[in-house]
Amino acid sequence: MTWDWNYTGEILPDLLNGLRVTVVATLLGYAIALVLGLAWTLLQRTPSRLVNGTVRWAAEFIRSTPLLVQLFFVFYVLPSWGLTLGPLTAGIIGLGLHYSTYTAEVYRAGIDDVPRGQWEAATALNLPRRRVWLGVVLPQAVRRVVPTLGNYLIAMFKDSPLLLAVNVVELLGAAYQTGSRTLQFLEPITIVGVLFIAVSVLSSLLVRRLERRYATY
Amino acid sequence: MPPTDTTPAVPAPEDDVPGVPLAKGAADPLPHGEAPGIRFEKVVKRFGGNVVLRELDFTVAPGERVTLIGPSGSGKTTILRLLMTLERVDGGIIRVGERPLSHMERGGRLVPANERHLHEMRKQIGMVFQQFNLFPNMNVLRNLTEGPVHVLGLSRDEAVERARGLLDMVGLADKIEAHPSQLSGGQQQRVAIARALAMRPKVLLLDEVTSALDPELVVGVQDLLRDIARQSDLTLLCVTHEMRFARDISDRVLMFDQGQIVEEGPPDQIFGEPRERRTRDFLQAVLAS
Repeated sequence: MTWDWNYTGEILPDLLNGLRVTVVATLLGYAIALVLGLAWTLLQRTPSRLVNGTVRWAAEFIRSTPLLVQLFFVFYVLPSWGLTLGPLTAGIIGLGLHYSTYTAEVYRAGIDDVPRGQWEAATALNLPRRRVWLGVVLPQAVRRVVPTLGNYLIAMFKDSPLLLAVNVVELLGAAYQTGSRTLQFLEPITIVGVLFIAVSVLSSLLVRRLERRYATY
Repeated sequence: MPPTDTTPAVPAPEDDVPGVPLAKGAADPLPHGEAPGIRFEKVVKRFGGNVVLRELDFTVAPGERVTLIGPSGSGKTTILRLLMTLERVDGGIIRVGERPLSHMERGGRLVPANERHLHEMRKQIGMVFQQFNLFPNMNVLRNLTEGPVHVLGLSRDEAVERARGLLDMVGLADKIEAHPSQLSGGQQQRVAIARALAMRPKVLLLDEVTSALDPELVVGVQDLLRDIARQSDLTLLCVTHEMRFARDISDRVLMFDQGQIVEEGPPDQIFGEPRERRTRDFLQAVLAS
């Protein structure tokens, strides 16, 4: 089996299209994970024990079940309850929802890391609850967890081929389709690996830069 | 070992000298006006099974400057933390002015205060912490304007003007854009003092404010606080291990041990001729360290 450069050139546009879908799904899913994760965390700190407990249990449940099962649930089960989503939308929501339970833990650790003296100084200044969170606690907590959050972006990127299971033609899906058509799998699947490495390395560099930027005030 | 009375009076390094004498007159940044007194009535505070304050009674007159001294764990800092509402009382009542701080009236009875009542009462009280507790994510200016803008409802311009006046007073006008991490401990504590004063409190609580400072920075901060105490009408409660500072700043000294007042009196008497044996032992131990 030898590498066919002509074939490579032919299939590359399709694969890059797949990569575009992968990147879009990852970024949108990540945005959901960042926002929803913060919501999970804050909802576990309300004055109501019932709310805190329910949210904690729900997050634990999502975190403890496989992403693939959740993707199937969102894509195949929700329609029977009247909520039909396109493959890409379902994939993005599933990915974001799943990872939001991880980012919630990251935020929680970051918030716990903010020294007690900061809360006390905020109380001594009589700052309203909203300002304590938005002005004092969250900016410090988020800064502490930027590296960890960045690593989850890369983890999500690497989990994105699972969207294949709900018919999203992302990078791996595009490669698979191409390979099935021509029965030549060496080139497409190898390219998939190379593209994944390339994007991962680039993202890592970006995350490191962010880390350095946020390491000091 | 905390620096004490025996620390030689070295002049503070150049970058840490405040702009004394304090500016007076129209731009006077210090709070003035009637300050409330404070009354503890049979106050109890427990941490788990450990009783820190047992039915403590004492009063501070309006505008009085009182220093609390005593061994570690004697409950001095707890008193300040109760006043700042960072802790809740387990028994008894604390009053600031005529109003109860720890409680509020409902249907003619006193019930534990809710957050709204605490918010209202805290407006009169400011605190400076041992570890400064400046907000590291904000520059000096925002540390000083955050409260005035979001709590007192000042416009941004008014808050900035107030902050400038206070930074002038503490000698850090040139650090207005700096972040806390770029400042020395002494400078951070000056900013923290300015931040507390920006809220125009009527009661100021000083919790071992020089204990975390390098010895050569202690004197500058103490001088600043002495000037503030002299030139304002604040009711002042101060916990310190620096006996000379206590002597300089206070009208009255309370000696604490195991959550109770062992002895009280004017500083000259407490430091000059203490009556109680525990006071003598404590002073000796502090001065020897």
